[in-house]
Amino acid sequence: MAELLTALCACVGGAIGGLLGVGGGIVFVPALVIILGQSQLEASSTSLLAIVPVALVGTWRQYRNGNVEVRDGIAVGLLSLPGVAAGVLLANVLPQRALELGFAALILFVAFQLTRRALAPRSAAGADPGAPEQL
Amino acid sequence: MKLFAIGAAAGGFSALFGVGGGVVIVPLLIFWLGYGERRATATSLCAIVIIGALAAAGQGLYGNVDLGQAALLAGPAMIGVGAGVALQQRIPERVVSLMFAVLLCAVAIELIIP
Repeated sequence: MAELLTALCACVGGAIGGLLGVGGGIVFVPALVIILGQSQLEASSTSLLAIVPVALVGTWRQYRNGNVEVRDGIAVGLLSLPGVAAGVLLANVLPQRALELGFAALILFVAFQLTRRALAPRSAAGADPGAPEQL
Repeated sequence: MKLFAIGAAAGGFSALFGVGGGVVIVPLLIFWLGYGERRATATSLCAIVIIGALAAAGQGLYGNVDLGQAALLAGPAMIGVGAGVALQQRIPERVVSLMFAVLLCAVAIELIIP
C-alpha cells in the first residue's frame, strides 16, 4: 500500500518535472520521508538518483519538440560543480535557518516577477517569446 | 559567463537547500538569457541530468542512496514526465510561468516551515 502511494506521488512528481523543468524532488523527498519513513538525508540522496532517469526522459521528449539548448544545458550542468562546493562550504559556516528564510524570500520575489511578466501584455500575441526581459 | 553564474547558483542552492537546480535554473534562463518558458524548462532538464548524476554519485559514495526506492520513484515518474512534457506543448507559455510561480511559492512554504 505504501509502495503504491509512493508510486502515485512519483508519477505526479514526474509530471510536474516535465511541465516545469524541475527534477521532481519537491514531491519525491516528502514522499520518501512521510510515506516510507526515510530520514531527510537518505530521502534527498535517493531522490537525487531517481531524478536522473526522469530528467533524461524529459530532456529526450523536449528534444524531440525542439526545445532543448543542449550546449547551454550541459554547460550549466557541469558549471554547477564549483557552486556545489561553495554551497557545502557556506552551509557549514552560515546559520541554516537564516539561509532558508533568505532563500524563501528570494524565490517569492522571483515568483512575483514571473507572475508580473506572464500577466503583462506582450507586443504581439506570442510573436517573440524569446525576447529578452529586463529584471 | 552568465551560464557559469547560472550553473554555480544552481549547484550552490541545491547543495544548501536540497532543492533540485531547476527552481534556480529556469527563472535565470528566462530573465537573464531571454529564453521562452518551453526552452528554459527543457534546457533545465538537460542540466539536471548532469547535476543529479554528479550529486547522486557523491551521496552514493557515502552510502545514503537506496537503490530499490529510487527505482520505485523513477519508474512511475518517467511516465509522469512524458505526460508533463506533452501537456506543456499544448498550453501557452505564460501559463507555464504562472504555474512555475505557484511551484516557487510551494518551495518557499516548505522552506519557511521548520
